[in-house]
Amino acid sequence: MNATATQRRTYLLNMGPSHPAMHGVIRLLLELDGERVVKADAEIGYLHRAFEKQAEDDCWNNVIPYTDRLNYVSPLINNVGYCLAVEKLCGIETPERCQYLRVIASEISRVTDHLTCVGASAMELGAFTVFLYLMQAREVLYFCVDKLTGARITTSYTRIGGVKADLPEGFETMVHDAFRKVREAVRESDALLTRNRIFMDRMRGIGVLPRATALAYGVTGPLLRAAGVPYDLRRAQPYLVYDKLDFEVPVGSQGDNFDRYLVRLAEIEQGMRIVEQCLRDMPAGPVRSSDPRLLDAAEMADAGKRGETGRLSGSDADGDPTLEGTGERFKAGISAPAPDAVLPTKERAYGSIEGLMNHFELVMWGRGVTPPPGETYFAVEAGNGELGFHVVSDGSRRPYRVRVRPPCFFNMAALHTMLEGGTVADIIATFGSINMIAGELDR
Amino acid sequence: MSSVRETLRAELGAAVLSARGEGLDSVLVLDAGAVPGALARAQALGCNVLVDITCVDHLRWVPAGRGTPSHPDRMPRWELPKPPSRFKLVYRLMALDAGQGAVRERLALECWLEGDAGPASARSLWPNADWLEREVWDMFGVRFSDRPDIKRILMYEEFVGHPLRKDYPIGKRQPLLGVDDGAAPAALSDEELRPSPGGKRP
Amino acid sequence: MDVVDSELLPGVITTRIDDAVGWARKYSIFTYPFVTACCGMEFMSTACSHYDLDRFGAAFPRFSPRQADVLMVVGTISHKMAPVLRRIYEQMASPKWVVAFGVCTCTGGFYDNYATVQGIDKIVPVDVYIPGCPPRPEAVLKGLMLLQEKIRKQGWKGQ
Repeated sequence: MNATATQRRTYLLNMGPSHPAMHGVIRLLLELDGERVVKADAEIGYLHRAFEKQAEDDCWNNVIPYTDRLNYVSPLINNVGYCLAVEKLCGIETPERCQYLRVIASEISRVTDHLTCVGASAMELGAFTVFLYLMQAREVLYFCVDKLTGARITTSYTRIGGVKADLPEGFETMVHDAFRKVREAVRESDALLTRNRIFMDRMRGIGVLPRATALAYGVTGPLLRAAGVPYDLRRAQPYLVYDKLDFEVPVGSQGDNFDRYLVRLAEIEQGMRIVEQCLRDMPAGPVRSSDPRLLDAAEMADAGKRGETGRLSGSDADGDPTLEGTGERFKAGISAPAPDAVLPTKERAYGSIEGLMNHFELVMWGRGVTPPPGETYFAVEAGNGELGFHVVSDGSRRPYRVRVRPPCFFNMAALHTMLEGGTVADIIATFGSINMIAGELDR
Repeated sequence: MSSVRETLRAELGAAVLSARGEGLDSVLVLDAGAVPGALARAQALGCNVLVDITCVDHLRWVPAGRGTPSHPDRMPRWELPKPPSRFKLVYRLMALDAGQGAVRERLALECWLEGDAGPASARSLWPNADWLEREVWDMFGVRFSDRPDIKRILMYEEFVGHPLRKDYPIGKRQPLLGVDDGAAPAALSDEELRPSPGGKRP
Repeated sequence: MDVVDSELLPGVITTRIDDAVGWARKYSIFTYPFVTACCGMEFMSTACSHYDLDRFGAAFPRFSPRQADVLMVVGTISHKMAPVLRRIYEQMASPKWVVAFGVCTCTGGFYDNYATVQGIDKIVPVDVYIPGCPPRPEAVLKGLMLLQEKIRKQGWKGQ
């Protein structure tokens, strides 16, 4: 038989945008030589929802629900980041208790982010049990978030100048119970995965992102820390009350998938540690004793409309459970004393002309929060790295420009370096470990 | 050791049009032509991370009062500086000490563009500039001088126009398929959107 | 379901084929979770241990359109994604159903802008709409039960 010359060519394979392992929607264009990836390219934009354009179309506070949907697994961090950026522009400083509340919210969100990432990437490698355990852990945290903010995922918890409400009754106990369950789930997952031969073989040495490449691509967050750079904005540029808190920044060494997994697991524990410290150290909230001046909310509204404001000043309204923590007693703890940005409480709005006018100035047509003209950039440590908000104000009630510096964008830009040279099966493991969230990537 | 900002200011001389901010919020406003050189120099001086490249469209940058015409005296009238041109590019840099994980310095370089002509690409300095510049092209139509074949990144190639420009109406859809429900009007003006006394929307 | 216990053969259930097929189909739903955005998180929550889709028979996702019955469109569909969705829908074999999960798929949600399809019913026919941003898992289960009812009623003939 003649030995004919064979020609060797690469094969172009398209992975996505609808693919089970592409969390959300990403298209990977792979040039394959057999099983080896010679070249990889990512096409993004399949979830572009025009966040930045939408932000220019609505008031400053109304942008907050859009920020929830950026990195939707850790929505509270986005809320906090945006509000901190705008507050920097306005020159508003929130009270200490509010800052602790924001830290608690951010850290719980960070824990849910990492639980989802580790769970989903384990599921893709076949460890479905781990996924179920971690999702159950995430569920109990969602109950806490639900109690605190009113929603499980799209929280919109912060406001410019403060937060929506103070901690609900029994929150601390709920969080401690939840953390017990999360720790147990993490311990079990750790036992199932970390020393697991198969898991280690699939993750160790795979998807390596060396330090120099990471820095060249502007990668931050767990990917950079796994590569050996201890850069964490909470330490490098502390904001809120992070400088008062004691926590570790886990750092890897190889920059491979396994290190990223370990960094995330460690950050879950550190996140919980931060929340526990906050709950212990935060300045005391208002006393929740039953007050003789406690007024039913409907009654308060009626009295206000009838003009019986004498009764209302100094009273506390007992409203709907969903408005728990928003009353007059809580105001000083949760909002900055900034009447041009923060809504007055209902007791004030119904009970005094100043409160009513304040409310009008912030809510009525043509009015609202109006930061002075200027621009600023503020970055927070999100689940994936440095989440920056560049906000530009022209002095009107609508933002002029809100630019989100999304950490996922840079992680994805660096993805092709992690995939090239590996096999197709490694793509699954690597892609799961970078925690690509399309909402943040495409905005 | 003087900061990158001071060194750049000294070296670039007349190309630095102005400076503002301090510490981590430092900004240098440069001549558009000087930007590629300044970026290279900044990298050489230690700015190892390109944090962001973005653009601001100043087409609608007019002093905005607050409130309705019925209360003119209650509106703070801001004096807005007149923009030299329409598009402003912002390059955000960071000097990160990789060993300690500490931020040595942050610097933003801004430049005002002539029309929509952008400076040369920064891809050779930082690889992430590739995607960032594609996004600026896609959203604003700013063309980087050495990237004639630049591709869109967030929108599809069939899309006409640059959505984040102020004159692109927010609701103008260009569906690839399906019913074009976009007899959606262009963004309604403030006057049209104002609720009428009867409470009904126009 | 019309069940007549035959007196002649005790322990044997007889019924009409329509009902039997409807009953079988509704309890063996293979979903194709076309997950794009935040609603995906609630889909995951619904599918996992706490809310558990498995007890409805709808646990196993099939990530090939050829093998799936129900296309659950979860999350915002942008115009860039629309042709992909249409193609996946066309690749599915009958009988097939479509669930619009989340308000972005029902009407576009609050993303009334240049990038978002204002409801997937502009692209594919929808059987059940589950509004919510994101819908709570309880709402998803209600939607699933409505879908099951619809499937049951369609019986043997399918659509």
